[in-house]
Amino acid sequence: MILDHALTFAIGCFALALLLNLIRFATAPGFADRVLAVDTMTVNVTALVVLYSARSGSVFSFEAALLFAMTGFVSTMAFCKYLLRGSIVE
Amino acid sequence: MTALAEITVAVLLVAGGLFGLIGSYGLLRLKDRMQRLHAPTKATTLGVGTALVAVAFHIWLTEDRFAFREILVAVFFFATAPLSALFLAKVHLFRDIPRDSLPPTGTGSTWATLTPDPPGGKS
Repeated sequence: MILDHALTFAIGCFALALLLNLIRFATAPGFADRVLAVDTMTVNVTALVVLYSARSGSVFSFEAALLFAMTGFVSTMAFCKYLLRGSIVE
Repeated sequence: MTALAEITVAVLLVAGGLFGLIGSYGLLRLKDRMQRLHAPTKATTLGVGTALVAVAFHIWLTEDRFAFREILVAVFFFATAPLSALFLAKVHLFRDIPRDSLPPTGTGSTWATLTPDPPGGKS
């Protein structure tokens, strides 16, 4: 009972965090802020996937969570490398 | 599942959600870009890690198996968040800060982010 409410609260918090990231992404003052907003969005989406799978009892969502986490990190690295050096793989 | 374990998982979930929300709110509200870097890379990582640990604990209590994959995702976040923060700080240093306003390095050479080729040749 209390666990259901806590899970709903956590899902609501991460969904609201995702909306705040979207606002930041739309109104970002620079390129680095946009990359940071997208990076935070992938982190929040990963948390949402894991919490939703805990709620629905599915066991296949953790691969999706791990894939989201890894592609988010690699894309942030690639963006930063491009902005720093002008190319991703030198 | 005992009531104590249930309350522990619930508290971890609520704390994780609050930390994630605070991280994203800080990303929206803080003024300087270097300050904005702190909120998602620390608070959000802590919040997501707490939520993942809560889910893993819940699986361990109800299904009696150790949830390797959730812990793996949490460890991955804790390992990669500092790297993202470091590289975004390097991008900020490289693009937005005037070169003559940087403090001296004290080593004779300039900041490693600003050198055309990193020490030891091309990377």
